[in-house]
Amino acid sequence: MAGPVQEEMERLLQDAFSPTRLEVINDSASHAGHSGDDGSGESHFTVVIEAAAFADMNRIERQRAVNHALGDIPGQRVHALAIKASAPAA
Amino acid sequence: MTDTQTRISGIVGDNDVVLFMKGTPLFPQCGFSSRAVAILDHCGVAYESVDVLQDMEIRSGIKEYSDWPTIPQLYVKGEFLGGSDIMMEMFEAGELQQTMDEKGVKKAT
Repeated sequence: MAGPVQEEMERLLQDAFSPTRLEVINDSASHAGHSGDDGSGESHFTVVIEAAAFADMNRIERQRAVNHALGDIPGQRVHALAIKASAPAA
Repeated sequence: MTDTQTRISGIVGDNDVVLFMKGTPLFPQCGFSSRAVAILDHCGVAYESVDVLQDMEIRSGIKEYSDWPTIPQLYVKGEFLGGSDIMMEMFEAGELQQTMDEKGVKKAT
């Protein structure tokens, strides 16, 4: 079951990029008890996103765009966010 | 520019390769910082590290400096290269080693 933060991330990314592929994966269970685990069960995520908007961006710009779309979630409300952003094959 | 931003700018300017991380290369305090250290070690380059857990001003200031919300952060010759995801992608593609070579970064001794 997706938690509230996961659902919020999915909605924000959907609205911002209309992605052709979007997976928000909750990795928190495998980090339970590590530093950064706040007990919420929503501390570590991986985002896999493919969107046409990324076509003209380099790696840093893509991650920045994703981070900006997620507002205060990365680094504050969520301890760790791995981002795999790509553009659809032309 | 605030004092913290000036300090960060000094650190980034004074070191060819600098990693802002949680913990130290010997005792990283976070899996992503640990991965970043492992990648740099594999590249065989000399680097400085800054433990942001020891300095709250740098910990929050570095996020502003690079407009990047997470740590670790890698800087090479003054340029922000990315966090651990980008480091891993570049390393796997051979681009990180290439970038270090092109920028004339010193090898670890």
